Amino acid sequence: MTAPSASTAPSFAPRDNYLTADYSWRSWLLTVDHKRIGILYLLSVTGFFFLGGLFAVLLRLELATPQGDLVQAETYNKLFTMHGLVMIFFFLVPSIPGVLGNFFVPIMIGAKDMAFPRLNLLSWYVYMIGGLVSFLAIITGGVDTGWTFYAPYSSTYANSNVALTAVGVFITGFSSILTGLNIIVTVHKMRAPGMTWFRMPLFVWAHYATSVIMVLGTPVLAITILLLALERLFHIGIFDPKLGGDPVLFQHLFWFYSHPAVYIMILPAMGVISELVAAFSRKRIFGYSFVAFSSLAIAVLGFLVWGHHMFLSGQSVYAGVVFSVLSFLVAIPSAVKVFNWSATLYKGSVQLSTPMMYVIGFLGLFTIGGLTGLFLACLGLDVHVHDTYFVVAHFHYIMVGGAVMAFLGGIHYWWPKMFGKMYPEGLGKVSAVVIFIGFNLTFFPQFLLGYLGMPRRYHAYPEEFGVLNVLSSAGASILGIGYLLPMAYLLWSLRYGAEAEQNPWGAKGLEWEKAPTPPPTFNFDATPVVTQEAYAYADDLPPEESRTQARLV
Amino acid sequence: MSATHDAAHSDHGGAGLKLYFAVFAALLVGTWLTVWVAGRDFGVWNTPIALAIACTKAALVLLYFMHVRWSSRVVWMAAAIGFVFLVILLAFTLSDYFTRDWLEIYSAPLKSR
Amino acid sequence: MSDSYGGHGALAHHFEDLEQQREAHTLGMWAFLVTEILFFGGLFAAYVVYRSAYPEAFANASNQLDPVLGGINTAVLIGSSFTMVLAVHAAQQRRKWAIFGWLWATIVLGTAFLGVKYVEYHHKWEHHLIPGPNFLFEGQPGGSEQLFFALYFSMTGLHAFHMVIGAGILVWLSVLALKGRFDEPGRNAVEMTGLYWHFVDLVWIFLFPLLYLLGRHQ
Repeated sequence: MTAPSASTAPSFAPRDNYLTADYSWRSWLLTVDHKRIGILYLLSVTGFFFLGGLFAVLLRLELATPQGDLVQAETYNKLFTMHGLVMIFFFLVPSIPGVLGNFFVPIMIGAKDMAFPRLNLLSWYVYMIGGLVSFLAIITGGVDTGWTFYAPYSSTYANSNVALTAVGVFITGFSSILTGLNIIVTVHKMRAPGMTWFRMPLFVWAHYATSVIMVLGTPVLAITILLLALERLFHIGIFDPKLGGDPVLFQHLFWFYSHPAVYIMILPAMGVISELVAAFSRKRIFGYSFVAFSSLAIAVLGFLVWGHHMFLSGQSVYAGVVFSVLSFLVAIPSAVKVFNWSATLYKGSVQLSTPMMYVIGFLGLFTIGGLTGLFLACLGLDVHVHDTYFVVAHFHYIMVGGAVMAFLGGIHYWWPKMFGKMYPEGLGKVSAVVIFIGFNLTFFPQFLLGYLGMPRRYHAYPEEFGVLNVLSSAGASILGIGYLLPMAYLLWSLRYGAEAEQNPWGAKGLEWEKAPTPPPTFNFDATPVVTQEAYAYADDLPPEESRTQARLV
Repeated sequence: MSATHDAAHSDHGGAGLKLYFAVFAALLVGTWLTVWVAGRDFGVWNTPIALAIACTKAALVLLYFMHVRWSSRVVWMAAAIGFVFLVILLAFTLSDYFTRDWLEIYSAPLKSR
Repeated sequence: MSDSYGGHGALAHHFEDLEQQREAHTLGMWAFLVTEILFFGGLFAAYVVYRSAYPEAFANASNQLDPVLGGINTAVLIGSSFTMVLAVHAAQQRRKWAIFGWLWATIVLGTAFLGVKYVEYHHKWEHHLIPGPNFLFEGQPGGSEQLFFALYFSMTGLHAFHMVIGAGILVWLSVLALKGRFDEPGRNAVEMTGLYWHFVDLVWIFLFPLLYLLGRHQ
């Protein structure tokens, strides 16, 4: 059977695909199909996202008034701790790699599956077990140390479920390691004939770089958390100042992972953005190799800057200076990417569909978040804004304005490929706008609050910060509604949405051109042979003739 | 790559075993040396010497027992990268502790108990 | 007999050929070992920091360990690495009984190592050297010597845990060998486990001088 050529669209008739291959519970819970595992991750991360969101709602409700009148201080400590833990470890880290990475990395390189399909399934189960243990810790009393678990409070003085939560996070770390390992080997060894490194989509480069960070960084978190648990349970004394132990050592070990972790959270998002920018401007990404190498540069440089979280911890000033300079350096590859995406949009045939709206949001919000990171990297400035809402606003601009937007953009872009259904475009656009407005209303005031001196992790604050806090809490309610909308209409579309074509966006890439919609279990009818560069739009027909369903309401 | 690798083992079956035995013997000698060196005092060189011996033994295990000598570039890069980042962890962390007392006001050096 | 990938025999369905499969397995195992370097690495970082801060306390504490036992154990572990290499060699030549024999030689040596560790840990227990509320060093509680022992038990304990897992896998492999699992080409499990076992040896090569031989310079 010959492979379908790029110019003839395959038949639109329904056929067996990875969803219809088997409907039993067993076939889902014991699947080794990377696409089904991606769906399993989608269900889990969505659940954890709303759990983390629930904690956010509660803490923003408390902060709507200056007095600490909704919950006690100890409870408030638990709310922000659990919000952070759930969002970081159970949503941001696994979401894009686990859902979109798992689903599309093999297809984008022309492979039948990941290198280790059973390890892939194991990674999901390990994630679920870690999540369950942490959830148990949450519902049996919670943890109040902050997601950063700083010693000696966490190791000696806290009265909450530190050890149990530590065990949950420890377990979940292995899920990350397994995913990273799988992606690295898959990209090295499973590429289709003709798929050279520099023909791979930038989404794959981004996930490769992310996987390198996962493999190098996560084990250090694991050992740190293990030591914390040992200290907590058996009082071995490793961070105990009375014995000469150093709580700052905990911080070194903790941030050695946790700084690169933020790149684990943003690099895959950048990979999504590269795909969306190319598809919706119908242009090759400007400076492809610069973007590819920037992903690697971010991965490497990201390991050299962790001390910028510790400027005020008692760390040596000289070490602080080195970390500060390196932190300025690590901003450069991110900026290179933003410039290249912008240059791609320039004179492109830009289509403002829902995914593209998320891209525009990302470009603006990620830039603001990134620039404010430079403020924090500056030693002198950080003395004033450390542990204030400035920091909170900075990382939410990147993680929510950046990563979550990219995740939503990617979900919308690839939804037709994953499920064979189109979502309602009008609702898609409206939701993107609501989310954008809600986000900015929530987090922009927080820059001002931090600059004016409001500390983070406080449940009560002086009257003069009242207005900004009310704006922020109001924004949070709008943002919450904004997130519920896609939940609703995406679910709706599974049953009632329009049938999707093979390539509704007229996009380039093996997942659109060679894999059916939705793909069969082994992805392709025949192993593709790659002869084109990535994003070969210029070689094509004029844009209007190759776009069909992309011409939307 | 593995064809060469298997050839190295099937063609040099005997030599392969001799090589392994030689490495094994070297490792045992190295262990004895480690203990002997520890009983002498070389001043500031004590730690570097001990580490040098350990690193040599480690290199033998990596190159010959773990076959890095005959493995693809990706494999030895993976091994190298692991150690490079371990060194980064140690070096940058130590750079904090070793430079704390360079400036009195703003540092908190560890105090012996 | 098909495996869970729908493949038959040694080649899993999603690989093109045995060569690709073997390279993937090898790279995968090495990527895993990189995570292990960093996993133990965190403990080495703590060790380096505390030793440089408290050199005398660490030297005194280290003198409580028995370097003869430690040295013997090091030789035993290196021996087990040697027998493992021979097991891998036998696997490449698909000699079932040689595989079985060398795997069990490795298991026996590994178990001997763990036996000696048990003796050492028991000695520490009797002398109140287990870190925690009951720790006493030369009759005194609370001191930086406890940090040494916290690291000693964490590092050697984690190492021993890895050996137990490794030994378990070796036992399982030996059973598979007898069943003829390694009679056909493309079966890489012995070699992959060998990489793991050698890595565990590698860690000990550093642990021995750093923990046992600190305070013995005359």
